Amino acid sequence: MAGGDDLKLLGTWASPFAIRVKLALAVKGLSYEYAEEDLASKSELLLTSNPVHKKIPVLIHNGMPVCESNVIVEYIDEAFAGPSILSDDPYERATARFWAAYVDDKLLASWATILFRGKTEEEKSEGKKALLAALDTLEGALAKCSDGKGFFGGDSVGLVDMVLGSQLSWLKATEVITGEEFFDGEKTPLLSAWMARFSELDAAKAALPDVDSVVEFAKMRQARMAAAAATTPNS
Amino acid sequence: MAGGDELKLLGSWLSPFATRVKLALALKGLSYAEVEEDLCNKSELLLRSNPVHKKVPVLIHNGVPVCESVIIMQYIDEAFAGAGPSLLPLDPHERAVARFWASYIDEKLVIPWVRSFRGTTEEEKSEGLKQAFAAVENLEGALRECSKGKGGFFGGDGIGLVDITLGSLLTWAHAAEVMSGTRIFDPARTPLLAAWMVRFDELDVAKAVLPDVGRMVEFKTKQARALAAARASDSK
Repeated sequence: MAGGDDLKLLGTWASPFAIRVKLALAVKGLSYEYAEEDLASKSELLLTSNPVHKKIPVLIHNGMPVCESNVIVEYIDEAFAGPSILSDDPYERATARFWAAYVDDKLLASWATILFRGKTEEEKSEGKKALLAALDTLEGALAKCSDGKGFFGGDSVGLVDMVLGSQLSWLKATEVITGEEFFDGEKTPLLSAWMARFSELDAAKAALPDVDSVVEFAKMRQARMAAAAATTPNS
Repeated sequence: MAGGDELKLLGSWLSPFATRVKLALALKGLSYAEVEEDLCNKSELLLRSNPVHKKVPVLIHNGVPVCESVIIMQYIDEAFAGAGPSLLPLDPHERAVARFWASYIDEKLVIPWVRSFRGTTEEEKSEGLKQAFAAVENLEGALRECSKGKGGFFGGDGIGLVDITLGSLLTWAHAAEVMSGTRIFDPARTPLLAAWMVRFDELDVAKAVLPDVGRMVEFKTKQARALAAARASDSK
């Protein structure tokens, strides 16, 4: 890293959005200071660095904040030398951005529905269907993007690998909590192999929280939500 | 444009997302074939080119489709880097700021604004409008920051990604004013944006590309009536 580059990441340990920034920083070999935010009591620094959304992650580079996880990952790719996170080819870049957006819009939304947003059994069941459909689509995407290699980014980890990879602990936690298996080695063999490969990376081992902690965190949040719903009069 | 570059845009005059791509192509001086999709009867080509979302716009470059309006704009900027002005600045931090605001416009302005139009209850509609105005306030601050000392665009002296992303919504803005008297870029509330709107409307690319306000008013009026009629008969 160039002399004088000061990097600070504001995040939370469980957030896939913060995790993907950690993955990007690790891939580039960048050192940084990490600050764990308490979302119930946000720091002054967070509020002044991201006044519009007041959300993590925020990357502060030499005092200048960058917000929104995928914007931060692209920033890291452009501001620092090291292995590329996005290809140089415009079409490959567009494809990576498309699938990164898809992973957040369709996959993340589906497990969030199963665990938290779905209020009825029917809604949760819709979430499960959506999750399976998204994994099925991503299997096809991986086949195309990897072109026989190990990652969406080809030989090396790229944007889509980081965005999907940042959700692995949550996907596994969703399986634990529901008692259902969503990753099927037969239906999505490429994804299953990718998951194992990704989990073995040093960067993943460092950034991904362990599944048990995420399960506990999710159950606590579910309990809090249930308690709040019980005390709120029906609207 | 380089010999052999074939560009085709699948869009709809109604879609601000498609309008964005047209603005970007016009700014770069790129010629393309335009296919007007009937969104109630989508073409085979559209369904094949965007199987995941089945939506417009899709830009097909030498037979290869690119989807999602903000992704397409960046693709155009990168694939045709030599043509016309850049849509994004060179500096990584400035690029991050532009991408931030482009994403903000879609998430925080477009979504509630559409809700203010198509919401099922008056309460939902007014909440949508309230959120849209709140987003516009933030964009006023962004414009102040981005255009500091320069020509009054988010992109500085010339228009860029954020200007085009927001500018694609101007026909809606004018139509809303005609239909309900609401001025989303109200000079009393957000003077910089109100001036920006006038400036944007004056651009050659805007005059060439932005859909006609009268046509939009006619369509939106019919759409609102059809929606109200469908709901009235649903509730009988």
